Amino acid sequence: MAIIKTTYNRRSFLKTTALAGGGMMIGFSWLTGCQPAPEAGLEIPKEWFEINSFLKIGENGVVTIMSPNPEFGQNVKTAMPMIVAEELDVDWKNVIVEQAPFNTDLYTRQMAGGSQSIRQGWQGLRMAGATARQMLREAAAQAWQVPVEEISTEAGVLYHKNSDKSAGYGEMAAAAANIPVPEEVQLKEVKDFKIIGKSRKNVDGLKIVTGQPLFGVDYSRDGMLIAMIAHPPAFGMKLKSVDDSAARNMPGIKDIFTIKTYEDDYERNAFDTNTFPELVAIVGNTTWEVMNAKKALRIEWEPFSDYSETVNSWGGKQDVRIPAGLESTTAHITKMAEMAAKPGNVLRKDGDPEAAFKNAAKVIERTYTAPFLAHNCMEPMNFFAHVTADKAELAGPLQAPEFIEQTLSARLGMPLEKIDIQMTRMGGGFGRRAYSHHMVEAAVISQKVNAPVKLLYTREDDMTFGIYRPAYHATYRAALDADNKLIAYHVKAGGIPESPLGRAANRFPAGAVDNYLAEEWAIASNITIGAFRAPRSNFLAGAEQSFLDEVAEAAGKDPIEFRLELLERAQNNPVGETNDYEAARYAGVLELAREKSGWGQEAPNVFRGVAAYFCHNSYVAHVLDLTIENGAPRVEKVCCAIDCGIVINPDAAANMAEGAIVDGIGNAFFGAMTFKEGVPEKNNFDNYRMIRMSEAPRAIDVHFVQNDIDPTGMGEPPFPPIFGAVANALYKATGKRSYNQPFLGEKPVLG
Amino acid sequence: MAIFNLNINGKKQQVDVDPNTPILWVLRDHLNLVGTKYGCGIAQCGACTIHLGEVAMRSCMLPISVVGNQPITTIEGLSENGDHPVQKAWLDHDVAQCGYCQTGQIMNAAAFLKANPNPSDEEIEAAMNGNICRCGTYTRIKAAIKTAAAG
Repeated sequence: MAIIKTTYNRRSFLKTTALAGGGMMIGFSWLTGCQPAPEAGLEIPKEWFEINSFLKIGENGVVTIMSPNPEFGQNVKTAMPMIVAEELDVDWKNVIVEQAPFNTDLYTRQMAGGSQSIRQGWQGLRMAGATARQMLREAAAQAWQVPVEEISTEAGVLYHKNSDKSAGYGEMAAAAANIPVPEEVQLKEVKDFKIIGKSRKNVDGLKIVTGQPLFGVDYSRDGMLIAMIAHPPAFGMKLKSVDDSAARNMPGIKDIFTIKTYEDDYERNAFDTNTFPELVAIVGNTTWEVMNAKKALRIEWEPFSDYSETVNSWGGKQDVRIPAGLESTTAHITKMAEMAAKPGNVLRKDGDPEAAFKNAAKVIERTYTAPFLAHNCMEPMNFFAHVTADKAELAGPLQAPEFIEQTLSARLGMPLEKIDIQMTRMGGGFGRRAYSHHMVEAAVISQKVNAPVKLLYTREDDMTFGIYRPAYHATYRAALDADNKLIAYHVKAGGIPESPLGRAANRFPAGAVDNYLAEEWAIASNITIGAFRAPRSNFLAGAEQSFLDEVAEAAGKDPIEFRLELLERAQNNPVGETNDYEAARYAGVLELAREKSGWGQEAPNVFRGVAAYFCHNSYVAHVLDLTIENGAPRVEKVCCAIDCGIVINPDAAANMAEGAIVDGIGNAFFGAMTFKEGVPEKNNFDNYRMIRMSEAPRAIDVHFVQNDIDPTGMGEPPFPPIFGAVANALYKATGKRSYNQPFLGEKPVLG
Repeated sequence: MAIFNLNINGKKQQVDVDPNTPILWVLRDHLNLVGTKYGCGIAQCGACTIHLGEVAMRSCMLPISVVGNQPITTIEGLSENGDHPVQKAWLDHDVAQCGYCQTGQIMNAAAFLKANPNPSDEEIEAAMNGNICRCGTYTRIKAAIKTAAAG
């Protein structure tokens, strides 16, 4: 029986009202203040009783559960409250969900990133529900004068079977609110789950399909002005001068000025990336007026010289050099090839790879590349800010408020308790909104014009601002002996401006090969980069899984069987002690995908590719079926097997996997940001090709490994391996290997 | 600036704006109808789709001066309570991830199904190709359109 101490962040169990003197945790709220749309027939209670900061119970038994983390489509706003509701043992039909205010004292990790919301929230959310349930049982025991052990619960009702008494949670809520927080609570057994593991609809579904205001761009306030920014047209350039004489007098324009997002001597953290330190701000009454004035500005830009920034990140302080220059993709490609030809920094070495390669019967060497990628969230960067002398109110889409609140506090010279950040629903994030420079810009602009302001990036501003997925390059070598056994494996990977390899040097097939070498390198650049759905893995998986496919073919083995043999080695007799994956679970998803896809029974003219990967604590394998229609590849079907432990909301999790698969196919086929003389060559959806419906798979089947392991990542893991599955299926279809993304380039791949 | 008398979601509205203002910004900034979304500003993503008369149009490049007497329908006016068959199908299939593009997808699908109540998969793909979903919910969008057509 799982009994756990409630010591984990006990402040979470303090009532928010008791903390009200301390600040703004339940103060005004545009998002939580409006009456949530209840399920049909759900009556809003007359009175609420706060049991802890995660939940309150109405006198009629309706429960409000706070969803702590930002929502950007991963559907944690449904899944996280499901976990609370499970342990509370309430009927999901009686639950209303609200977005929690940003307050890490109460809710600990309030961040959307690294596929960690469910994994890291799991224990605390269960505890919040179980603690409340325990307090309700105590209240019932006191009311009925019976031992608490004899009180059972089911679907929001307390029972004392011996005396045939029962009461709804609402009847005991007032008393429960005054029960001391228990020292320890009992959690449910997995087999007893009634909500977790059963698909529940998106709690914001109706608001989404009826177009109600949910997103940052929808935020509005009386007297609010609209702001836009102009940033340099090229990386390597900075502001020289602004002539606003034509723009200033245009209709609706209030002010035009330059801003520095951060002070010159500011020591930034790893998520304060802002690309262009100085911007032109245009402020006016309406979006259209501001857009027109922006076009009428005459701005001169000039190249900047090399400079350094002090970045104070988890690894300590470091000086980062930003090189001068106007960079081009063609030069990047040449430079990467040059770096790849030199020795890299060795990350891991097992056995004697040099000797093994020398004595090999067969050596296969292949090089893979991938371009920069723009995130292209459908909702462009935006933020609302109202900064006055006493306080700063911010509302908008951001993945990681805790990364930016100190930055904002420093920039405004205002203590944290005077800053309130509301997390609106995000129109996509994909890592981009972990970097919230746009929030600071909105605040600085609001402070300057002394009014509430909504800052909006145009699509072009958004796409050309940087913070891209880096460009990558990897060379793999494999040595086979005379029996076609893989005896040595060598990966040398790098990128602009970072290597994709790092800790991934300890992932498969490390541990499965006696002689192993992993090296990395990097080339400095002034093009800024940031996290992009499954950072680094989103390149490595595709390259490595394409390479293994080719090695399996050279060894004359079935590609799944080849991987399983290696995994068996890693399981039974691993090489090294720092391997960062569980071989049995990795093999498990390959076996499940093999079974569910009917591997080996392909229909005529259907070309199959397989790939698998481990990242963000989860295992995923894909089998992808591709056909050629009118000379172009079309993905017919993807069969996907996932091991992410316990699945909270299966249909929503399947939706995430489907999205990751479509996203991956789109980026594998078309995704690329390129540069000429520092200028991004793509700035909107007419020239940056995004996957569309007619290019998406006709069918996607998602299968989850059933186990009782605590839940792990879900938003990112299905994304990286799809690149490999696409490449391997394309090879079957065309007889040609795809080494350079995007695989279909700017023109059809098939002549 | 000029005065425009508009019929939006069955309601008469008057705005005084620059005649070149795209309908998108009239809806969002002047009439507080924010379900119609800005995505690209160049009619390439479909997030801003509305109905002009019965035709799905991208509102981000359509100046208010071209509206004339034609009634405008936005997502807010597609149904009284979110119970248009397309909206219901979207909920049945739990289509949305981030949800930002979905109002444009729904408006496009609703106009398409009115003109072609029994579409093939290929016709659905052709009709919906102008609407980008960055989250990649295309398989669910297609399934929801088929459900709406069948229902």
